[in-house]
Amino acid sequence: MRYDYVIIGNSAGGIGCIEAIRELDEASSVAIIAAEKYHAYSRALIPYYLDGKIELDKIYYRPPDFYEKMDVDAYLGVKAVGIDVSSREVLLENGGRIGFGKLLIATGGRPFIPPIEGLSGQKNVFTFLKLDDAIGVKEAISGAGSAIVLGGGIIGLMVAEVLRRKSIEVTVVELADRVLAPVVDATTSNLVQEKFAENGVKIILQNTITKVVGEEEVEKVILKDGSELPTDLLILAVGVRPNTEVAKNTPIKVNRGIVVNKHMETSVEGIYACGDCAEIYDFVFGANRVLPLWPTAYVGGRVAGFNMCGRRREYTYATSMNAMHFFDLYIVSAGLNVPNDSDEFEILCTLDERRRIYRKFALKDGQIAGFILAGRVDRAGILLKLMREGVNVSEFKDRLLKEDFGYVDLPEEIRWELLGDKVKLGVVYEYEHGGHGRAACEGRCEGHEA
Amino acid sequence: MRRIVVKPEVCMNCHLCEVWCVVAHSKSKDIIKAFLYEERKPLPRLIVEESRPESFALQCKHCDEPDCIFACISGALYKDEEGRVLHDESKCVACYSCIMACPYGAIKINPLTGKILKCDLCVDLGFPPCVEKCPNNALEYVEVEIGAEES
Repeated sequence: MRYDYVIIGNSAGGIGCIEAIRELDEASSVAIIAAEKYHAYSRALIPYYLDGKIELDKIYYRPPDFYEKMDVDAYLGVKAVGIDVSSREVLLENGGRIGFGKLLIATGGRPFIPPIEGLSGQKNVFTFLKLDDAIGVKEAISGAGSAIVLGGGIIGLMVAEVLRRKSIEVTVVELADRVLAPVVDATTSNLVQEKFAENGVKIILQNTITKVVGEEEVEKVILKDGSELPTDLLILAVGVRPNTEVAKNTPIKVNRGIVVNKHMETSVEGIYACGDCAEIYDFVFGANRVLPLWPTAYVGGRVAGFNMCGRRREYTYATSMNAMHFFDLYIVSAGLNVPNDSDEFEILCTLDERRRIYRKFALKDGQIAGFILAGRVDRAGILLKLMREGVNVSEFKDRLLKEDFGYVDLPEEIRWELLGDKVKLGVVYEYEHGGHGRAACEGRCEGHEA
Repeated sequence: MRRIVVKPEVCMNCHLCEVWCVVAHSKSKDIIKAFLYEERKPLPRLIVEESRPESFALQCKHCDEPDCIFACISGALYKDEEGRVLHDESKCVACYSCIMACPYGAIKINPLTGKILKCDLCVDLGFPPCVEKCPNNALEYVEVEIGAEES
């Protein structure tokens, strides 16, 4: 088989690409190849599913007839293992080949499993990347009294919260000296740690698991400091690494992830990549890096899809961004994660300790390079917008710390420029604000001639 | 596509747009019944920004390239065939990725459910009452021209 467009990967990036292609081109042939057998589902919803907040049928990211509606051939449960760049074919594990005109690699990430002595596929050990894992954990949870979560990142903490809510004794083990260290500052980590402590979750910092004991099931773990903890469940949530396997032994340039330009194209013409497997341009960071985030995967796939169809688009506004919540504490962070004692950045912050509301901004040359909102995240997108547009905030920077910061806090000129535009992935469209037509007001307004 | 645009210079900060938004999303669609008797009175889905003497209403712009939909992890936010950005509450998990993404800060949090609230352009009513009832025509529902795209 040969298709005009082939997509490897069935999550945010792959779906974003399909939806973009079909906006521009209804006629061409499109195929999607995915190692997992499931219809497009949202990995990000796994914790919500475990929590019982949603049923399994709500984990699907698009309606059941999505592939038919999009006229896409879906090869689900079929693993792509390589790419023949010269014959322009994807090589499948089952020996088959699928030819492509243009290709998107959106293979996502794979869980990083640190070397731990004694780990040998015990059945009460779980990672959190695939739906099968989630279904397995959901079954295992019902009988468990205790659990250990290795990794105090977003996923590890979300899972710890879910387990705790099911009255399981949970211990989180984190190697760094605070949780969420890569994504938020120390003040925010403290707020999160307090929240977990209040809810009866134990967090052990600056420590890790060196050994597990148990044949069929892990019965206890031994930490770096020698202490031993018995457990019914072991969750490994140390992190995710780009899954670049399919690009092995090809001329496609791979650094930590598959390297792409702003058009999301790899070093090989006609082959694109996006999402957790790729390294994309971060406009705040000023260089390529792996941004394993849902929105950047989707938009990356979308930009790739446009370019695959010959519509030139650049992804110019990707950067780190996270919306997260632990118990009732909501947090949004974006851009660079700058410590409060930075010399390089101007730091503005305010912490209401009683209400646990925190706002923090890192400015560079008058522009926002990073921000964190905790406790109250209302209208956070305005701040992301200011960051993306490179607005010089010097004139009104103190207002950024207002909890109800809004467009009215911006100088008029900036305000209407930002509110008036229609940004289409870097292409700015202008439209008239002017008078309304007769059809629009249906003659209710004065001053319109019949 | 028709969208709501604001004329801030004539906004009187009366908040009637909010009142009529509440009525439009109430069960009875009747202002007295909605405010007096409905147990769970809806919340306004737009924001009135104010800092005296300035004020203006702000609602979802139903963007052509909606960052909220791109960020939504559950598929709860979607575009209908006419280009309106709509929200399926049954799919929303209150992750607030859309709050992080919306460049206009036009998505609100519903304190009763924790889920989000956004303007639906009053799809069922045909014409948005916030615009219709604005006493000073500070809101307009107009065909917004978007420049032809270069190919």
